[in-house]
Amino acid sequence: MLDTVAIAQNNSDAAQPFAELGLKPDEYARIKEILGRRPTSSELAMYSVMWSEHCSYKSSKVHLKQFGDKAVKTDALLVGIGENAGVVDVGQGYAVTFKIESHNHPSFIEPYQGAATGVGGIVRDILTMGARPIAVMDPLRFGPADAADTRRVLPGIIAGVGGYGNCLGLPNIGGEVVFDETYIGNPLVNALCVGVMKHSDIKLAKAAGAGNLVVLYGAKTGGDGIGGVSVLASETFDSTGPAKRPAVQVGDPFVEKVLIECSLEIFAEDLVVGIQDLGGAGLSCATSELASGGSGGMKVELDRVPLRDATLSPEEILMSESQERMCAIVEPKHIERFLEICKKWDVTVTVIGEVTDGERLEITWHGDLIVDVPPRTVAHDGPVYNRPLAKPEYVDRVNAEQVIVPRPSTADEIKSTVLKLAATPNLADKSWVTSQYDRYVQGNTIQSQPDDSGMVRIDEKTHLGVAIATDANANWSYLNPYEGAKLALAEAARNIATAGAKPLAVTNCLNFGSPEDPGVMWQFAESVRGLADGCLEMGLPVTGGNVSFYNQTGAVAILPTPVIGVLGVIDDVRTRTPMSFDRAGLELYLLGETADDVAGSEWAYMHGQRGGCAPVADLQREMRLIELLVAGRTSQIFTAAHDLSQGGLSASLTEMVLRHNVGADITIANVEVALISESPGRVIVAIDPAKSEQLMALAKKQEIAIMKIGTTGGNNLVINGAIIPLNELRSAHTETFPKLFG
Amino acid sequence: MKVGVVTFPGTLDDRDAARAVTHAGTTAISLWHNDADLKGVDAVILPGGFSYGDYLRCGAISRFAPVMEKIIDAANGGMPLLGICNGFQVLCEAHLLPGALTRNHELHFLCGDQKLEITNNQTAWTSSYSVGQEIVIPLKNGEGSFQCDDATLAALEGEGRIIARYVGENPNGSRNKIAGITNTRGNVVGLMPHPEHAIDTLTGPTADGLGFFTSVLKALVK
Amino acid sequence: MAKIVVDVMLKPEILDPQGVAVSAALPRLGFTFAKSVRQGKRFEIEIDGDPTPAQLAEVAKAAETLLANPVIETFTVRVEK
Repeated sequence: MLDTVAIAQNNSDAAQPFAELGLKPDEYARIKEILGRRPTSSELAMYSVMWSEHCSYKSSKVHLKQFGDKAVKTDALLVGIGENAGVVDVGQGYAVTFKIESHNHPSFIEPYQGAATGVGGIVRDILTMGARPIAVMDPLRFGPADAADTRRVLPGIIAGVGGYGNCLGLPNIGGEVVFDETYIGNPLVNALCVGVMKHSDIKLAKAAGAGNLVVLYGAKTGGDGIGGVSVLASETFDSTGPAKRPAVQVGDPFVEKVLIECSLEIFAEDLVVGIQDLGGAGLSCATSELASGGSGGMKVELDRVPLRDATLSPEEILMSESQERMCAIVEPKHIERFLEICKKWDVTVTVIGEVTDGERLEITWHGDLIVDVPPRTVAHDGPVYNRPLAKPEYVDRVNAEQVIVPRPSTADEIKSTVLKLAATPNLADKSWVTSQYDRYVQGNTIQSQPDDSGMVRIDEKTHLGVAIATDANANWSYLNPYEGAKLALAEAARNIATAGAKPLAVTNCLNFGSPEDPGVMWQFAESVRGLADGCLEMGLPVTGGNVSFYNQTGAVAILPTPVIGVLGVIDDVRTRTPMSFDRAGLELYLLGETADDVAGSEWAYMHGQRGGCAPVADLQREMRLIELLVAGRTSQIFTAAHDLSQGGLSASLTEMVLRHNVGADITIANVEVALISESPGRVIVAIDPAKSEQLMALAKKQEIAIMKIGTTGGNNLVINGAIIPLNELRSAHTETFPKLFG
Repeated sequence: MKVGVVTFPGTLDDRDAARAVTHAGTTAISLWHNDADLKGVDAVILPGGFSYGDYLRCGAISRFAPVMEKIIDAANGGMPLLGICNGFQVLCEAHLLPGALTRNHELHFLCGDQKLEITNNQTAWTSSYSVGQEIVIPLKNGEGSFQCDDATLAALEGEGRIIARYVGENPNGSRNKIAGITNTRGNVVGLMPHPEHAIDTLTGPTADGLGFFTSVLKALVK
Repeated sequence: MAKIVVDVMLKPEILDPQGVAVSAALPRLGFTFAKSVRQGKRFEIEIDGDPTPAQLAEVAKAAETLLANPVIETFTVRVEK
């Protein structure tokens, strides 16, 4: 029996399954208060999905406010937090939009489709801003590399990321693959997309203008992911595996590719007033957000929605997360042309409603009113929690721990340390993964893995380009969430700067355990505070991002994993500083200071040592280093520049010598610290000896410590006399992934 | 001199092919799959991508597009026609070239910089190269394994109609490491790797791919 | 109403890497019965009423032209009650 507004008014005390849909008693009571009656089952479905953690950010809102409060005032930010994605001005009339999102839980359930639809979703978020998507990146985190469940999820996730992204024609320009026990049962699939447009092309999600039409176009609606958002993302898994098997979204990248081209033609002719993509919470989200963005009034005839499955009920249609759908607001005078373009691309398109003068979102089903709500209460004024926080007892105890690891000092020890680090899954060559991704399509990729950042040219005449890097360090965030977030921000920004690009804006994907755990909530609050403080100090606005809570199995949360994405700009990609050197006779310098920062390092992790204190971020010094790198690129001082991070000096040298098969002869003091320490704020640069004076002057001016460490050339990596033949190093570095994953 | 570049729904490398054409010094004209109109072009490129999502079989649906009728006619009359990757798949489905492209033997999509040997420089698209010349251009596909029966293989080898072979390990299981073939006349060429992604060292591994596009200019001038 | 089924298989001489992968995976899961495995495609076509010989001939033609690639595939047509 259809539950209508009329019926709800008459039997307002009838019992409803709000708890099964994830709503708390006080939330249900509030809905009744807002409506002055009980909600219809359709309205209940809408509120339950839109008020879920994943959609409403109810546990994180109070903390994320800091990104706005502490935001640096900058003209470069054209669209800030609140819209589908942030937009920054990069010069020459171009605007770039980028964002990172998570699709963690679906990827544990169905790795291929979970990852694929994660890519599809973030690409649509970029498209909906009015931009042509130009690249994707994928930071991925798994349980231990040799665990059975990793072998189950990893190949499917990689295939899904590649399968969807390649078919869309988007180059994959970078990402991460990290292994840690903490992610067993909770793989993290974060997907980033970047798009470009002219300033005048920017589109917003608002339904303005009474009489304008609400138009649904793209794929037909089916039973995909019903309840996926509220049920799946706001629920943890018990240790024997997922208890439910709800409908997982299935994506079709061909349909999305056609949707992209169709939409861009529609945008080019300026045919939409507002636009929103249908992602989490499907139509519930799109209609309530569009209506909220406008004056507030909208009327929708739900029975007009084209269906793949005629048996779907109105509640199911409202909750469906069928992929590849968009909702546009179109003036009546433009609808004919809109329909023509959809016909050209063979895209299903239906007018499902119109913008009204009122302040209510009204949805009918074959003439019966089944939804009558104030849209802001659904989309924006959801519950806001101030969850209790408590610093967990582990922090002080773990910070006091000594980190005991072997310290390499003899030639044999140096060699074996370098080979071990080169081969460990977290640092090993990732070609097995990246060769499944197309990095060439669109013909503008300047840098991709294994470079420090992905770089794409956005103007073929002027060679203006953008660079993007993502970084996280869960080990440091575990030891000190405040510093950990700052350090990840600094690392991502530094990764932009090594190529000579200037950092401009920030996005973030915050992956944490359950917000109902005060210890997790404390980690979250500290991480957000660290990121907000760091962004303010570095002058980088946070343009948007994503929070993924409930990444835990039973009572065990994952290590706090805030992934920070930084976007930068470079005026001429042809002048960028490459990551490594391709000839002998260059001088190698280490910029920055090395302390005994082994706590939280890869070497410590490999020896089961997870305690100690994280480094303290010195963002002023990081900023001076960034200036040095950008200035050095402008003056063309560097032949190569590569930053140091996980695996310290050992890993960076390994990566540099193997890139073009040119060795190096290195001499370094305190090798037992220097080889394995992961002190932040450091970069190796290679220069033509003729430029050494210029380099020293630049380092002095920027007050950055500098030390000559060696020269390039030969068939070996030599460190303090320890000889590591490149062949041996290459074998160690490149055999790991094929051995593990076939 | 105009070179047409066809766009099917799902085509991805059309703009890259057009860029390569322009780089080589001539004009690229966009051709829409649904318009049976070649707009007076002198040569046609079927670019790479996932036309129709690779539904049914790669290129199986595209080969029936209205524009393909005109292209087949023109090719039979001698017009230079190049099919790259998905375009090669379309040419085989349309029977303008023999054989078929099947799933890579290791099942993964593979993107890498592939060394090739040019084995025939008498075609409209390979005259800028010398026989035996080794070039490096990107290979990126999931269905690149060239298969045909023994008789076809003997004919291709015997008549010298293999225009490029993979050098080194066989990346996808293609018979006799065949990376590209031509028809008897030498005007229709199918090539699995992507020359349009190797037109400069800023965005590609080499500039070795430009030769395909300069070759056709010479063919048209003749 | 009837259902016409078209089964499409790769010709025996064509390498079937998916079939190979499946036959390698089966024993890993404890299934040892298979000597070999080949993977194909199945099309289910619904028509009104019972199919006439002329209709079946048409389906065969469609199979030859579109559903299968005769260069590398073979097909069979049958009616399912």
